[in-house]
Amino acid sequence: MTIDEIKKKTQQIVANKKSLPGALLPILHDIQHEFGHIPEQALSIIGQSLNQTEAEIFGVISFYAHFRMQQTGRHVIEICRGEACQSMGSKSLEQAAQSQLDIKYNQISKDNNFTLEPVYCLGNCACAPSVKVAETVYGRMDSEKFARLTDKLSTYKINVGEIV
Amino acid sequence: MTTTVFIPRDTTALSMGADDVVQALKFQSKAITDDITIVRNGSRGLFYLEPLVEVMTPKGRVAYGPVQVEDVESLLAQGLLDGNSDHPLYLGFTEEIPFLAKQQRLTFIRAGIIDPTNIDEYIDHSGFSGLTNAFAMLDQDNDNGRQAIVDEIKTSGLRGRGGAAFPAGIKWQTVLDAKAKAPEQQKYIVCNADEGDSGTFSDRLLMEADPFCLIEGMIIAGLAVGASQGYIYLRSEYPQAKNILEQAITIAYQQHYLGKDIQQSGQTFDLEVRIGAGAYICGEETSLLESLEGKRGLVRAKPPLPAIEGLFGQPTIVNNVISLASVPIIMEKGAQYYQDFGVGRSRGTLPFQLAGNIKQGGLVELAFGTSLADLVNDFGAGSYSGKPIKAIQVGGPLGAYLPEHQWPTELDYEAFAKMEAVLGHGGIVVFDDSVDMTAQARFAMEFCVAESCGKCTPCRIGSVRGVEVIDKMTKTHQERSEKSTEQLAELNTLLVDLCDTMTDGSLCAMGGMTPIPVRSILNHFSDDFVATTDKFNVKETN
Repeated sequence: MTIDEIKKKTQQIVANKKSLPGALLPILHDIQHEFGHIPEQALSIIGQSLNQTEAEIFGVISFYAHFRMQQTGRHVIEICRGEACQSMGSKSLEQAAQSQLDIKYNQISKDNNFTLEPVYCLGNCACAPSVKVAETVYGRMDSEKFARLTDKLSTYKINVGEIV
Repeated sequence: MTTTVFIPRDTTALSMGADDVVQALKFQSKAITDDITIVRNGSRGLFYLEPLVEVMTPKGRVAYGPVQVEDVESLLAQGLLDGNSDHPLYLGFTEEIPFLAKQQRLTFIRAGIIDPTNIDEYIDHSGFSGLTNAFAMLDQDNDNGRQAIVDEIKTSGLRGRGGAAFPAGIKWQTVLDAKAKAPEQQKYIVCNADEGDSGTFSDRLLMEADPFCLIEGMIIAGLAVGASQGYIYLRSEYPQAKNILEQAITIAYQQHYLGKDIQQSGQTFDLEVRIGAGAYICGEETSLLESLEGKRGLVRAKPPLPAIEGLFGQPTIVNNVISLASVPIIMEKGAQYYQDFGVGRSRGTLPFQLAGNIKQGGLVELAFGTSLADLVNDFGAGSYSGKPIKAIQVGGPLGAYLPEHQWPTELDYEAFAKMEAVLGHGGIVVFDDSVDMTAQARFAMEFCVAESCGKCTPCRIGSVRGVEVIDKMTKTHQERSEKSTEQLAELNTLLVDLCDTMTDGSLCAMGGMTPIPVRSILNHFSDDFVATTDKFNVKETN
């Protein structure tokens, strides 16, 4: 996506939402949903339209764990670190996941497939430990299930053209 | 005849493969019949049995679980669609499963029974009866009617279910009495759905299983204090709850339960879901309001109370999901009915959440007054691993770790406060004897480092120092020098002192309560500091 396209799309999102009371969070969510992260170019556009400085917008983005200004791997895997998950062995799951993908938290795997992030509670505490990928939570996770999951996520369907 | 099969679509059922079971059932049942309807209900909260498949029979709903894709073939072959009892996963009538049958369900009365986004089913199961009664109170005259609704909530004895347990009726009265400021002259109802405590999931389950109940509670709150705008502040970690809530709100607008002139009553109430962004502190009410206003979620000093100067400076009710969802049944059956449940000053029911290392995890709604031991043994059936249970943390990451001798204590706010513990939101996390209590104490501080909003020093800096002191204690133990006993005593005093400073000096409950788990470990599991390091030393010398 070119810088102009990013700017245009951001302006559209801002125009749609800026009349909401307390519009900043809904705007940031929409932008991150669109681009996968919040591009630097968006800051001045949001700031101008909400009459805030870029520093203020940056201050809000950096406060919240959910918002990010860097690109991620194709799949963001969130591993729950809550006490309920800890009681069911999430610490060894964290270690297994990190060594399997050969990354630490908030890094991107070499094949660009995965970003690993910690999360504090997915509300699936009765079937701990849990991980979340996009909108899907997986319960009773262990290192073997984790390996199968990442395997499945890195396999892509390829559309082969019909034979003429 | 059409066979109706129920398979939940709440997060936990989905996390255990409910969608795959639906696919398999659709595909494989075709060989038997074309005439089956699959209803995606909410969960009953029997999470240890998810995915729970129920079949409607003339005598009632029959349950099977936990069902995996590979079970579908044999289930169908052995008469699943007729509710046959031959299969090992057969559980009998759902209502008779002891885990469910022994509960006292008031707030969760419809959870798992209805399709969460089917408003007709909601109404069939006495939905909106509370709202109808509220309208009747307003019919004679608005001012007296509002006061009558607030009085009803006061009489019920309902206290905030978010953790602080402040009487809901008094909060509502303050908002009713407060005057909204020009130019907007708008009061607000804000639902705190930022359920960030580990071990708690009752808000999520309610929103995913019975969203209209929350919507109804919020409309009634709006009528009671004269607020026509509501917000549900939902955490971003709950995408399924967001989807279901938004569907339900759209339907409520279409059916004129939201918007202008609700059910020709002349009353208006608008409702919107706002999504948080991964900050635990935004579950604190003033921080939540800052976030809703589009700012960093920094805690505000109180006073002014949010009830007087809340969202955008206007009088605002900030109530938790379960508090608001308890309102419809109070308004339907009357304050006295609700008040009759419970003990002492803890009235009504609390949805307890059994989580962590537990065999039968899930949601148990009971009147206050039962004991932790009963919950964990009777309902939970002991630990998941089969090992002895060592500690139970109640009330989320800021709650105390309780040793065995405290488990018989009655679950009520005052009894817990007396032993320096909190009931909080009713989350119960079980740990077996493999738990390292030093690590849990360290994690409590570490969590505060990660999640402090940073506004006040005791919380922001205190938590960092807390991690350091605990690390130093562990290291001193491992070194086992001659001086170590003396040093350890000093460090222990330092940690207790630090806890005091955080408790007394923090602006909000985050810093103020982080010492609770740490102190409980120092008081009740002090041997563990030694035990863990002893193990470590044995390994080294070998």
